[in-house]
Amino acid sequence: MHELAVCQALIEQVERVARENDARRVVSIVVSVGPLSGVEAKLLEHAYPLAAAGTIAERASLIVETVPVRVRCRSCRAETDALPNRLLCAACNDWQVDVTAGEEMLLKRVEIETAESPVH
Amino acid sequence: MCRDCGCSLGPSVGRAPLAAHRAPAGHAESIEVITAILGENDRVAAHNREHFDARGLLALNLMSSPGAGKTSLLEATIRALAGELNVAVIEGDLATENDADRIRACGVPAVQITTGNACHLDARMVHDALHDLPLEGIDVLFIENVGNLVCPASFDLGVHRNVTLLSVPEGDDKPEKYPVMFRGSDLALITKTDLLPFIEEFEPERARSSLRQVGFSGPVIELTKRGGDGFVSWLGWLRAEVSAQRHRATSAG
Repeated sequence: MHELAVCQALIEQVERVARENDARRVVSIVVSVGPLSGVEAKLLEHAYPLAAAGTIAERASLIVETVPVRVRCRSCRAETDALPNRLLCAACNDWQVDVTAGEEMLLKRVEIETAESPVH
Repeated sequence: MCRDCGCSLGPSVGRAPLAAHRAPAGHAESIEVITAILGENDRVAAHNREHFDARGLLALNLMSSPGAGKTSLLEATIRALAGELNVAVIEGDLATENDADRIRACGVPAVQITTGNACHLDARMVHDALHDLPLEGIDVLFIENVGNLVCPASFDLGVHRNVTLLSVPEGDDKPEKYPVMFRGSDLALITKTDLLPFIEEFEPERARSSLRQVGFSGPVIELTKRGGDGFVSWLGWLRAEVSAQRHRATSAG
């Protein structure tokens, strides 16, 4: 269950962004995760509250966008969807393909509330 | 500054690149970041690689399920290369110094990382271990990762090559079950092939096709418990990689 370690790394990045932008709190975090990154979206969501506890992102919502695996065939040049454990061209079935999407493990966006925010 | 090695690695000098878009100032801001979540690990991994390259040494990450034969392979390799290549080993396990003791008994330096409950090594753990390991004169550094086909795949350690073992009792469809790990490997070793007569359901050809299906494109070597053609091929691969790394270091330096 390395998702906890991944979440801790994520929180460090988010804390840095929050600090550099004078955030009072972090409202939401958007990450993008592909199946070939080796990280499971569900496990990331489960691990997140543990990693976020006591940080500026404690009450932030984590939005995990999953990216499908895409491959480009070296023979027929078609770009098609593929399964993580079946990286074959869907058009001609060739196994000599380049992965064009599905390896991502990115922090994309952080929504923050700054000190000037109106108090509700 | 990195305390012991005098390099420029600090505890938190990395910055998330704050790219372009910022919503108009107000109470809520949406900040577009686009940065690798494991960016800090990647940075330390790159730093480790600089350490290795500066010495022209080849660093290998050895991965497999628990019990596939990583430590046994290392013992046999160290003995076979004695007097030819200088080897050092970093051992990763949840607990015990057992594996490092086995390696030290072969007469080479070994550092044990005990990860507690962590299921993988990361670049920082390896960097810390490097400070306890004299690298002068070392040709090959083996990093034996925690036995696990899932978690180690996500963490770059700064090595030059990833080597994954698949032992016969595990089944020939292992690559399809753990695609990320096998896809990220440069060499696959099918170990314990002495057991093939007893485990008929394992067909090496099927293992090769399973590897190909997950995008693995490196060489596959079959190993018996001791010696044989496969072991000679493994040593040949190792020697070629050592010499390629020396060549890279010389031309860079």
